Amino acid sequence: MGPVLGDKPIFSYCSDPSVLEGLSWVSCYLTNGKHLTAYTSFGTVLLLLAITAPLALALGFAGATAARSNVLPLSLLGKGYTAIVRGVPDIVFFLFFVIALDQGLEWLRHQALCPDWSEPIRQGNDFIVCDRAKLPLNSAPQWVHETYGFFTAVFTFAIVFGAFAANILFGAMRAVPHAQLETAQAFGMTERQVFWRILVPQMWRYALPGLSNLWQILIKATPLLFLLGVEDIVYWARELGGSKGPIFDYPHPDWRRWYFLALLVFYLLMTWGSEKAFARLTRSFSHGQNLSPGKVN
Amino acid sequence: MECWDVIQAYAFRSIGFGERLLPRSDFTLCQQFVLIGSGLLWNIYFGVLALASGFFLATAIALGMASENPLLRKPANAFVFIFRGSPLFIQFFFAYEMFVLLPRAGIEIFGITVETWWLTRAWAGALFVLFLNTSAYSAQIFYGALMSVPKGDIEAAEAYGFSKWDKFRRITWPTMLRLAWPGYTNEAIFLFHATTLVFFSGFPAWQQRGDALYYANYFADKTFNPFISYPIVAGYFILLTLVIIWIFERVNRRLNKHLPGQRKKLRYRPQLIR
Repeated sequence: MGPVLGDKPIFSYCSDPSVLEGLSWVSCYLTNGKHLTAYTSFGTVLLLLAITAPLALALGFAGATAARSNVLPLSLLGKGYTAIVRGVPDIVFFLFFVIALDQGLEWLRHQALCPDWSEPIRQGNDFIVCDRAKLPLNSAPQWVHETYGFFTAVFTFAIVFGAFAANILFGAMRAVPHAQLETAQAFGMTERQVFWRILVPQMWRYALPGLSNLWQILIKATPLLFLLGVEDIVYWARELGGSKGPIFDYPHPDWRRWYFLALLVFYLLMTWGSEKAFARLTRSFSHGQNLSPGKVN
Repeated sequence: MECWDVIQAYAFRSIGFGERLLPRSDFTLCQQFVLIGSGLLWNIYFGVLALASGFFLATAIALGMASENPLLRKPANAFVFIFRGSPLFIQFFFAYEMFVLLPRAGIEIFGITVETWWLTRAWAGALFVLFLNTSAYSAQIFYGALMSVPKGDIEAAEAYGFSKWDKFRRITWPTMLRLAWPGYTNEAIFLFHATTLVFFSGFPAWQQRGDALYYANYFADKTFNPFISYPIVAGYFILLTLVIIWIFERVNRRLNKHLPGQRKKLRYRPQLIR
């Protein structure tokens, strides 16, 4: 259970829920402590989006640059990264990475912090590292555990979506007219200059349709946070919607469907809004570039 | 020979045949391969049926979106917006809660009692959601293709005196399919990947009959070791993806038979989560 924001009700008339009726009941119900905590989980989703998007873009950029590289191992690494992640259902990756990441980090810490540990780490069905290598430490407060869980989730999202971004950026880099790059070389630019001054500024316009698509998919992937054990909006919809008996302040029958309907509307608004935003972005990025119609997706 | 016994016991466990109890300890690699493979039957079931039935609804909706009649266009657009704009995961949860609400005794329509309990079971309820969902995504693909059918082709058909239906059946529809096929292939792959969400989203796995990921998750939970069962699912899905690509490539070749040299190889570019 997360921290309850304000034990005191927001509206003064909410102090005795049993006598409330109609609209005042609804207003008190929707502003009780648990609901206020639940509203912060919308913030969790937005935070996830805000951190994952740039991180995935950076990973994607690195992946695409690696895939373009002339050095064979580097290019294989970049291409392998995108190929593996794309061929497998994302949710498998989500379930896999969260444990794998956690165990990987604990294993590394175990090697570093407890070098004289003699027993094997995998004993039958258990994964045992020394106490000091636990992540987070057993003694850590609850919020550290929650934050740690959130960040492993963020990192997992970034890895998976980075692969997709890499694929898009790789295609976009190839879509920039080759003559442009050759001209730059003819002007005596170094390879690095050609990359940063000619290729990168121009590729965004070609990458944008794909990135916009990816962003929409990322938004729609956020409910999977629930599967990763984060107390997100799906968790709260189930928690708050479930039927509440008379021992609760606000007893009600099973209302989960209404909570899920609210989530549905929330996501529709998010995707609708970002569609509009990307349309504007596309217009501004197209400025000054000669794109024959129909050339871009 | 030990593995042969495991196959006999668990190969069809996911659909209710064979050994009832799942292995509880001392998991062998063979058990994991067989049970997860058994679960894959459900993924194939959901994917194939949703895709096959969704194809027709998608065609109808794409035509609705292209229609000039707002009474057809508006609902079609709304349908696509709702199913493409929200996560499949939430759609599953919401649909399940709605199906649970249906009266247990069934609904009476024109004096006939229609049973509804089966909608709360994954095999029907989840299939229904997947069917609507893939219809919306495919409709968007078909609509895009419909808009790019060359005008000249249709005008030529008109000049030949084709009736409206003939024009659609012989010119518009085949051309639409041909243009939409690469995108539709991706949608198919993506749908099969999406079937792994079913047992994680409200629909309970009855008597532990689940899909590939359900069993993989079972093993990973029991052994606390993600490095065996998840790669097995991944391997199965890569194989499944290759099969889908092969089948769709055959259809693609047939669709483009009359266009020598124009055959475009299908490019596998799946989207991710819906």
